[in-house]
Amino acid sequence: MRRSIWIVIGVGLAVALVAAGFLSYYASSAPDGLEKVAEDHGFIDTAQDSAMASLPTAGYAIEGLGNDRLSSGLAGVLGVLVMIVVGFGLFWLLGRGRRSGQAGVSADDHAQVGG
Amino acid sequence: MPIAAVHIPGVHVPAMHIPDGFINAPVSAIAGAIAIAGIAVCIWGARRQLDEKTAPLAGLVAVFVFAMQMLNFPVAAGTSGHLLGGALAAILVGPYAGALAVSVVILVQGLLFADGGLSALGLNIINMALLTAVVGWAVFRLVIRLAGTSRPAVIAGSFAAGFVAVPVASLMFVLEYALGGTGTISVSTVLVAMTGVHVLIGIGEGLITALTVGAVYLTRPDLVYGVHDRRARTLEIRTATTAGA
Repeated sequence: MRRSIWIVIGVGLAVALVAAGFLSYYASSAPDGLEKVAEDHGFIDTAQDSAMASLPTAGYAIEGLGNDRLSSGLAGVLGVLVMIVVGFGLFWLLGRGRRSGQAGVSADDHAQVGG
Repeated sequence: MPIAAVHIPGVHVPAMHIPDGFINAPVSAIAGAIAIAGIAVCIWGARRQLDEKTAPLAGLVAVFVFAMQMLNFPVAAGTSGHLLGGALAAILVGPYAGALAVSVVILVQGLLFADGGLSALGLNIINMALLTAVVGWAVFRLVIRLAGTSRPAVIAGSFAAGFVAVPVASLMFVLEYALGGTGTISVSTVLVAMTGVHVLIGIGEGLITALTVGAVYLTRPDLVYGVHDRRARTLEIRTATTAGA
């Protein structure tokens, strides 16, 4: 019997929560490819602060917690929660009203046809 | 001696998308218009592809890519990279929904975490969402067509899709820099530096893409959208209908 799609989704969400809420603290803190190139070649100074830079969540850290692990972990969890609402909400709206098999192409009805 | 950009180990320095200021206003605005058009096309395409069962998967992909983008991995001395995710998303939920999922990630990153400039949203969405989804999808479909849908072929195709998509995205940045870069450094220097480091980052992208698609394919092969070709499916339905008649 096939595992329910909701098990796949549950596992995926759990991995995302652990990654953003816990593992992100251990991620490399070195500048990423673009930032490094901009630093090495002298155009990092052309960067301006984002209009959002004053948010208490700017830079994937919750301001004023005084604990880096907690700060980055909570920011990650917050991001995952926001993404759950926005991501699932958007795609629910787009897929709404179509039962499985009605969509032009669907992985799931392929499986039904294929047995 | 000036102390510039000290990176303290353990303190997460956020993944940096294109900030405001790197690319001038006209080019950023044009990119914004192109990104909006691209997103409109993706909404149209995703509506045709998604149904009540596949929509949650697309939502999951958006959440997953957001989380994975936080995990910067070291690629060379003093340099890190992170997943872009367009190839991964396109293989799992199709190019339209996939590009849309990563676009949502970039929007949330820019609006909530100040990662990437607001004026650069269009640039970042073109490079990291739309382009990587299209390129990743094309590479994956090519590999599948040539090598079939065995597990090794799907995993190899996923690696190739991620590996190719990242340097292509970096080339798009170079084009944007050539058109509207505010820095004084030559385009050829930026080209060499960007592609060099992003080939390395592409290896990481390929590995994460292969690992994730591989895990889903082993568990529920029917959920990997990129494996199921529209024409092949239509043929199967016809065959099934004929056989049943």
